[in-house]
Amino acid sequence: MVRPQDRKFVTADPEKCIGCLVCEYACSMTNEKTFNPTKSRIRALRLGPLTNLSVTCRHCEDPACVAACPREALSQEENTGIIMVDEEACNGCAWCISACQFGAMMMHPEKKVVFTCNSCKDQPDGPQCVKWCPEEALTFVTAQQLAQKSRISAVKNLFQEAKEKKAAK
Amino acid sequence: MSGETKIFAYAGKILRVDLTTGKVSTEPLSEKMAKDYVGGIGLGIRLLMDNSKPGTDPFSPDNPLIFATGPLSGTMGPTAGNGYAVVSKSPATGGVGEAKAHGFFGPDLKRAGYDAVIITGKADKLSYLWIDDDKVELRTAEQLRGKSPYETDMAIREELGDYYIRVSAIGEAGEKLCRIACIINDEFRAIGRTGMGAVMGSKNLKAVAVRGTKDVNVANLDGFKEFVKMIHERMKGPATKKYKTLGTPENVLVLNSLSALATRNFTNAQFEGAEKVSGEYLNEHYVKKIVGCATCGMRCDHIAVVPEGPYQGSTSRLEFECLWSMGPLCGVDRLDAIIEAMRIVNEYGMDGISIGVIVAFAMDCYEHGVITKEQTDGIDLRFGNAEALIALIHKIGKRDGWLGNTLAEGVARAAEIIGGDAYKYACHIKGLELPGYDLRTLKTAALGFSVSFRGACHLRNGAYSPDVKGKVNRFKIEKGRGKMIADEGNVYNIIDSLIVCKFSRGTYYDGIKDLSNYYTLATGIPITPEELTKSGERIENLARLFNIREGKGTRKYDCLPYKIENCPVPDEGPAKGAVVNEEEFQIGLDDYYSVRGWNANGVPTVEKLNELGLGDLAYIVQAANQGGA
Repeated sequence: MVRPQDRKFVTADPEKCIGCLVCEYACSMTNEKTFNPTKSRIRALRLGPLTNLSVTCRHCEDPACVAACPREALSQEENTGIIMVDEEACNGCAWCISACQFGAMMMHPEKKVVFTCNSCKDQPDGPQCVKWCPEEALTFVTAQQLAQKSRISAVKNLFQEAKEKKAAK
Repeated sequence: MSGETKIFAYAGKILRVDLTTGKVSTEPLSEKMAKDYVGGIGLGIRLLMDNSKPGTDPFSPDNPLIFATGPLSGTMGPTAGNGYAVVSKSPATGGVGEAKAHGFFGPDLKRAGYDAVIITGKADKLSYLWIDDDKVELRTAEQLRGKSPYETDMAIREELGDYYIRVSAIGEAGEKLCRIACIINDEFRAIGRTGMGAVMGSKNLKAVAVRGTKDVNVANLDGFKEFVKMIHERMKGPATKKYKTLGTPENVLVLNSLSALATRNFTNAQFEGAEKVSGEYLNEHYVKKIVGCATCGMRCDHIAVVPEGPYQGSTSRLEFECLWSMGPLCGVDRLDAIIEAMRIVNEYGMDGISIGVIVAFAMDCYEHGVITKEQTDGIDLRFGNAEALIALIHKIGKRDGWLGNTLAEGVARAAEIIGGDAYKYACHIKGLELPGYDLRTLKTAALGFSVSFRGACHLRNGAYSPDVKGKVNRFKIEKGRGKMIADEGNVYNIIDSLIVCKFSRGTYYDGIKDLSNYYTLATGIPITPEELTKSGERIENLARLFNIREGKGTRKYDCLPYKIENCPVPDEGPAKGAVVNEEEFQIGLDDYYSVRGWNANGVPTVEKLNELGLGDLAYIVQAANQGGA
């Protein structure tokens, strides 16, 4: 039984992400040995100068992509939560792409099969996008760590506000 | 892979598009061309020279408009990975026009498979060029007429159904051939100077849209990766601190303290409202977020939002030069109005430096009675009138009325049209409006700007730097400045051919040595720092030759605006009375020419050309020497 605190995924902090695409280049360099964002497993999006975020696979607990695949080409690795693609079985029908709410499942431009984040599992120091992010906006975390982080910052803010109110009086 | 050259990082291919016939073709980029001219402006200027006839009108269909990427475009190289350059004959100067922009457009052009795109002819109706890897097509843009570059960008992405398509477009100013029109990609990244947007407009070309999905491979991936990692580390340090904190608007108070903040159209050299338009004030009250371009490890785009008042919600990226031109130079001390002015300048698609200098020129003329209130259609064009600044920008962007139409020609031509004393207030060199440095108190800059091949420019040789940093006596021109300017000019030519962002130039601690290493790791073409410096010199001479060929490149064109030589600084303090005198200026020119190996008329010698491998262009020198140009 894999516990929720065991599965890590890459997530971006919207406060910090500036949409610079360094993560895309780091990913394609690591996983494809070339510079080509269309082969990156993480994609940055800039909807406006103030609206930037990088998005990749979140290794969902009950992954819609796996459920959607009609050919059993997708499976989730038990320990890591990584979505595995059987490139022989995948025929590029894109059901999984429709199913993923994050756009994290993508069609490989050359192989014509789907691909997604593998957490750089062969890299000794983990996901390379996280290592390269110049803004330290990306982190490799568990869902529990994410929740803790939010709690800690919420509590900090609360006490800070209380302190300021007190000081203002 | 037919006809493609096997060198790394370069695409190895040039695309040609004739808008008149719709004919599209490709040709290989030779290794020699790549090595000799690097990419970016170097490659672009060589292609301009080879693909145009002398005396071609900048708005003629025969004037080629060249988009060029650099060898590093499309790689992970910080700043150089994301650039492109546009080169053409400038409608502002009649000589070399060139400008670079970063953002997200350049790498896609490279990934589509092109080192350069040469666009000639004129489309029969407003059109945009759609480059989808190997597929190139011309599509109608009539529905986009009058739209801003950003609206055009969004509309094209929508029409073609891919949000990741990158677009470089002109606004209304470009369509209407304002000579200061620029080309904008990614909302506020501009091919800003020398009127490249007007050339695009003259071709009925609204935009270039591109989707590139091919790989960009470097010769030594591990070495390249380590190099990039090193630059990323350096970008976290002091070399980029200015750009990541206050940004270039830091210059406002620095220059003001040096009496070098040109105010009210180069009347004063200090601005009493400097604090209110300072980088410090801007960041505290207006900057919401600092973002960056593709692949960059630093960030510099200070996104300013007006929180309240008549321009509430107005959002723009703001850098020093444009803040200065529409602020202190017009006597305007309201940042909310400057942010709004910047926003609309981007909407029309105009050079944010030139537009402020033009408005300031008009204000100076108005205050001296050279133009009347009838001629301004009732606008009270006093210095400091922020509403007048904004009203006049609209008029120029639309070529509205006599004044808007006249000023859209740039200050040099406008002064001729207005006549009388107007020429005294026209602050330009070779037809390009001055950037934000008072040349009366920064005299290395005065000399450096005067010899810049694209007209008044602080980024052709960075000649303001030794003055501002106190490395020289900035109140005089003397022997030795020529070498300073020439050496730095060579490096800047390489920076603009690799299309490295100049904000990151400080991270190349070993200068040209770092850059040559960077080049070889990416391309696999061995090059020594000396060879690369030579390329910088080659590009300088090539650009000079183009200007000479067009009758704009000799000594008499290396000159300064009237006010710089005739109106001493009136402000109290050490700079009082400062002005450039003709004698020291001519000594400076002699010094510069002799360092360059040019004759007294500023024309390169045939020996110099042979030394640089430009012997095929000796005919230009011979013609100039015979004609006594």
